[in-house]
Amino acid sequence: MEPISAGALDIIQPTYWPGNYWWHWLFYTVVVIVFMLVMVIGAIYFERRAMGKMQTRLGPNRTGPFGLLQPIADAVKVLLKENIVPGVADKIVHFLAPVIAFTPVLLIFTVIPFQNGAMLADLNIGILFIVAVSSIATVGVFMAGWGSGNKYSLLGAMRNVAAVVSYEIPMVLAILGVVMVTGSLSMNDIVNAQNIPNILVQPLGFLLFFTAACAEINRSPFDLMEADSELTAGFHTEYSGMRFAMFYLVEYAEAIAMSAVISTLFLSGWRGPWLPPWLWLIIKTFFVFFLMIWVRTIMPRVRIDQLMGLAWKFLFPLAVINLFATAIEVLAWPDASQWIFVGVNIVLAGALVFLGSRLFKTGLGRVEV
Amino acid sequence: MGQAVAFWIMAVVIVGAALAVVFLRNVFRAALLLILCFIGVAGIYITLSADFLAAVQILVYVGAISVLIILAIMMTRGIQKGSPANKLRIPAVIVAAALLGILIYAVTTSPWNVSSQPPLTDTTGPLATQLFSENGYILPVLTGATLLLVAILGAIVITRENKENKK
Repeated sequence: MEPISAGALDIIQPTYWPGNYWWHWLFYTVVVIVFMLVMVIGAIYFERRAMGKMQTRLGPNRTGPFGLLQPIADAVKVLLKENIVPGVADKIVHFLAPVIAFTPVLLIFTVIPFQNGAMLADLNIGILFIVAVSSIATVGVFMAGWGSGNKYSLLGAMRNVAAVVSYEIPMVLAILGVVMVTGSLSMNDIVNAQNIPNILVQPLGFLLFFTAACAEINRSPFDLMEADSELTAGFHTEYSGMRFAMFYLVEYAEAIAMSAVISTLFLSGWRGPWLPPWLWLIIKTFFVFFLMIWVRTIMPRVRIDQLMGLAWKFLFPLAVINLFATAIEVLAWPDASQWIFVGVNIVLAGALVFLGSRLFKTGLGRVEV
Repeated sequence: MGQAVAFWIMAVVIVGAALAVVFLRNVFRAALLLILCFIGVAGIYITLSADFLAAVQILVYVGAISVLIILAIMMTRGIQKGSPANKLRIPAVIVAAALLGILIYAVTTSPWNVSSQPPLTDTTGPLATQLFSENGYILPVLTGATLLLVAILGAIVITRENKENKK
């Protein structure tokens, strides 16, 4: 049994390292949990500061140097708060909901490679596993909405269902394009196959996946399920103290998980020059997360009918066309250089987005039901 | 050894959850336990080296079907009262008993052939070949897809007509 040291990350002994099965399991479980918690704390700080800059205000800057300790102070505050359970709540469901929402997010990180083969489980069905597992998180949201016994919670949960069910389809179709290009479902193989980052080979796929992922994890401008002005706080209205902290954690962990998935699928994951692989993954994850913050800051919130319309009338046809185009390219010219497809696909993506935005109307300010 | 332990844990979870689905009065909790039951079945698939099938089981049954069931429940009133009794109780018992008898008979009498070949390590490729190749199950797959599409279109047509009649 080799001792685990910090320098051990440099040893390239992919799948079996470190040591035997249980050591591998223990080491990566700790790595995944620590990675997620640190990234979430970083993400909360980063989001508040970046949004502050974009909105010409300061953001948190009092606690510690540059306000770096603000997320920790918030975490301590929210953990020490009283936990209030409504009298009409379904107690067991209310208690279990945060746990069930949290577990799938943690599971997503188990198949994300930090280096060639450095992951908890190199499944052959990696990306399918992510899609399957992240669909369980919705159940936690329902349980919160239903178990609280509050109509605003229930409305928030129902909006969440509608959004998740609709946006799952363009998301999976966008993933399929990547899978066809790389020829594997394993996250490690997908990264290894990306000599050109997939964002160039599949530009439309990237845009579709990014939009669908933002909607799936309730990021603004798709945060209808917790629209403060309409539903107080949506499905977690009746949560306080530590349970609320868990939902808050889930929200950011989901954003980080989706950013990591996008970096792995489209930005060639841990690959990059000079810097160590795990650092590249973190840099790319934060870059994608920055894009999410950017979108959040500049876009107004959509209405529920616009949300549905966008998924079914705009994203879905584009995803199907993208899938067809990719399938034809992969089947008809398997030996052609990928760079040709880069040019073709970027032109195709531009034309389709232009055409789609011309043909698709978001209701023109009227509510169309 | 490990697989046997995993099997028995999941078997107990599946059977317990399934029984709870039947006996619980609260329909929402029953739906949640149905999800637990589906996840247990996915676990059994994993111990049988059918990883692709397990992921699809979770994606389809937990991610889609259970979600639709819960959505339907959320739109229904008076969930906590449970299902009200009606005159169909005795026919239901008879049909259920008959179904149980047939299932027990089929399970106990059919010969369960276990393949001597080692399980495939990568099931995705062979599964796709079986389903979509010329000599595979392409016709049943396409027929099933068409039937589902027709059912969805039918549902849409029925609900739309009702809406117009009210107006």
